[in-house]
Amino acid sequence: MTTFRLTRVLIAILCCTSLLAATSARAEQVVVYSARIEQLIKPMFDAFTRETGIEVKFVTDKEGALLARLKAEGRNTPADMLITSDAGNLWEAAREGLLRPVESEVLESNIPAHLRDPGKQWFGLSVRARTLVYNTQKVKPDELSTYEALADPRWKGRLCLRTSKKVYNQSLVAVMIDELGEAKTEQIVKGWVANLATDPLSDDTRALEFVAAGKCDVTVVNTYYYGRLMEKTPSLPLAIFWPNQAGSGVHVNISGAGITRHAHAAPAAIRLLEFLSSEQAQNLFADVNMEYPANPRVASAPAVAAWGGFKQNPINLVRAGELQTEAVKLMDRAGYR
Amino acid sequence: MALLVLIPVGTVASSFLVPADDVWRHLAETTLPGLLANTFWLALGVAGGTVSLGVGLAWLTAVCEFPGRRFFSWALLLPLAIPAYVTAFVALGLLDYTGPVQTALRAWLGTDPGWFPDVRSRGGVITVMVLAFYPYVYLLARNAFLTQGRRSLEAAQSLGLTPRQGFLRVALPMARPWIAGGTMLALMETLSDFGTVAVFNYDTFTTAIYKAWFGMFSLTAASQLATLLVVIVLATMLVEQRFRSRMRYAEARQGQHMRRIALSGGHAWLAAALASATLFLSFLLPVTQLAIWAGGVFSQDFDRRYLEFFGHSLLLSLLATLLVCGFALLVTYAARRHGDALTRVAVRVATIGYALPGAVLAVGVFIPVAWLDNRLADLAAAFLDSGSGLLLQGTLLAVLAAYTTRFLAVGHSPIDSAMQRITGSIDEAARGLGLSGWAMLRRVHLPMLRGGIFTAAALVFVDVMKEMPITLMTRPFGWDTLAVRIFEMTSEGAWEQAALPAVALVLAGLLPIMLLVRQTERH
Repeated sequence: MTTFRLTRVLIAILCCTSLLAATSARAEQVVVYSARIEQLIKPMFDAFTRETGIEVKFVTDKEGALLARLKAEGRNTPADMLITSDAGNLWEAAREGLLRPVESEVLESNIPAHLRDPGKQWFGLSVRARTLVYNTQKVKPDELSTYEALADPRWKGRLCLRTSKKVYNQSLVAVMIDELGEAKTEQIVKGWVANLATDPLSDDTRALEFVAAGKCDVTVVNTYYYGRLMEKTPSLPLAIFWPNQAGSGVHVNISGAGITRHAHAAPAAIRLLEFLSSEQAQNLFADVNMEYPANPRVASAPAVAAWGGFKQNPINLVRAGELQTEAVKLMDRAGYR
Repeated sequence: MALLVLIPVGTVASSFLVPADDVWRHLAETTLPGLLANTFWLALGVAGGTVSLGVGLAWLTAVCEFPGRRFFSWALLLPLAIPAYVTAFVALGLLDYTGPVQTALRAWLGTDPGWFPDVRSRGGVITVMVLAFYPYVYLLARNAFLTQGRRSLEAAQSLGLTPRQGFLRVALPMARPWIAGGTMLALMETLSDFGTVAVFNYDTFTTAIYKAWFGMFSLTAASQLATLLVVIVLATMLVEQRFRSRMRYAEARQGQHMRRIALSGGHAWLAAALASATLFLSFLLPVTQLAIWAGGVFSQDFDRRYLEFFGHSLLLSLLATLLVCGFALLVTYAARRHGDALTRVAVRVATIGYALPGAVLAVGVFIPVAWLDNRLADLAAAFLDSGSGLLLQGTLLAVLAAYTTRFLAVGHSPIDSAMQRITGSIDEAARGLGLSGWAMLRRVHLPMLRGGIFTAAALVFVDVMKEMPITLMTRPFGWDTLAVRIFEMTSEGAWEQAALPAVALVLAGLLPIMLLVRQTERH
């Protein structure tokens, strides 16, 4: 019977892979669970291995799945480090007890205080700035000022937004709740919704394309999407405006990392974390995706620096995590899909 | 056996042990009514659309004769190879406000035409999903029409029915288990879908599940919502099954040569036009766009690793196909031998994994596997005096178990339908010849189930290849597949780069589809 023969083959394959897995787990190595995708981490891992001889093994997935995975694996987890592409999920990982505090002078001197956990469980490694982008043919920069001002009726039918389901918008609103209070923030979000030129869009690139095509005049996006699009089509009538410069500053999120509570190779993993925060790796880490280095001593890539300097909102990103659920609920109430 | 499949679903359902009232209250007060309405209309639209298109095309290619029929009979299966969210992204890219169609139109008219339909709408999502999922119905219905035999239709005609009446009153009712099975697959795929609706930003029940999980950090509430979804699907299934529980289906004698209904001039071209339009929209258009994008990034992205992704995808799909088909066969056979209500319900429940959103099911599989793994590790630590780490996760066991849970429904539907064609008298005859148990399954049933098994195998193979969340969560280190590659690209919004693995995925999916068609064509 072919079915049974195939079953036997199947079992043999399974046994082989498990043996392989068991034998390969011996050399010194760090295991990373990463929600930051392969192209944006592998170059740094390779550099780390070249320098220290420590292998880096990693697996990529979405944040939610990685957190569920760490939790289910408990103290036998193979993972030493968790990398995410936002602060909210690092906060959640810390809250669930999946990370451990790290005492490191290197990290504390390399990463500014607002980009790391006061409990020392996670550290930002690159900065993702969420800013305004406008159509240069339809808007003069002096018409723009703040995120909040986009709720003004003068922008009716001129605003495009990405869906509220994206964590970057959730963090932005969470920070606004912290600064302005819930009632005021809800009023602003309702104002945004009333000003929309079209239903919320599925991603930042699409929002930029809508602004360029003239369907709307202004949108809120992460800068690297703007960078990528302009690199491909430099002729688009789009420009960046840094909002809230007279107030709290541009909303930033991070891509960051923490050491898992049950890490088996904690010292090596901390070494990797310190390496990622160092001047040597920071450029690579940020520049592969046109993000900003978290380490203030490192300059951003020339293409990115050309967009001009700006004041970052110095609020600690812990607040973005703490208030994220509130933010999601608020946006639901305001009808922001 | 069904129990094994039930563990992950049970893990998800056990979330009800922990209250998550807060999230529920919030949803009920804000978005839930709208989500339910959205989901209802989407399900209804997709079911209606896939049945009309799938059954219509199946009838045309199985029973009628028109120009290009031979080609269309297999080509119409090709859309199966494209993940629905990819079709969605391509459709939006082409037809949305910023796409080439509307841009050209604006340039031509000099102004924004208000009449162009909004693609990001309910109609848009339904259209894309119908184009992506109709092959499930098409494949199963076609199988039914091909095996019905010519006799019944001839009998109908001799009783004075026109071909059209013959279709409606004879062929269609006889094909019901197949059509229902295919529609159920399309429906479950629709309800568990997240990628397609996310591209359209069309909020469904699944959206709420993901929002509870990723936005509000409540996996508990997400699992509870997912369980509710499963209960609804289960209820629908049981109702449908009840409606046809009194019916018996028998296979027409094989070996009769089918004489096709030759469509007359106008009708023949109409049939050809319908088939061409479907094929163009559901396959040629998206694949052309993908190929153009892939061509643009080919030189910078393509490397030797693609061979590895390709190999992993093929191997995983192959292993999963064998497992799922084996399981489906056993489950079907068990239900046949013990035809009581309890077994029937158990079988239904065992195939319900397909209605769970993939990422939720992935967690449902992962938790018990990790639990078992931890116990094994404890055991190893006690005996070996040294931690061995987690063993099972280094193997393909977890990922294959997860696939089996998810895709049992896909394997079960065609095999079960085929099994219903085998009459009880055949079993009796076999028993009279001294065959029973395994021997009966092997020597009597298996040869008769061939068509059903091949259909199941092809569907499972292609579905596994496209699967993303389970592969992501349960794959061993280094086991990246084409679907994983697509995730890597799309999660940072690099859709055009994702075209390269997507094209490779389509190519890899073509082979089993071709094989399948050759098999069914032999009837």
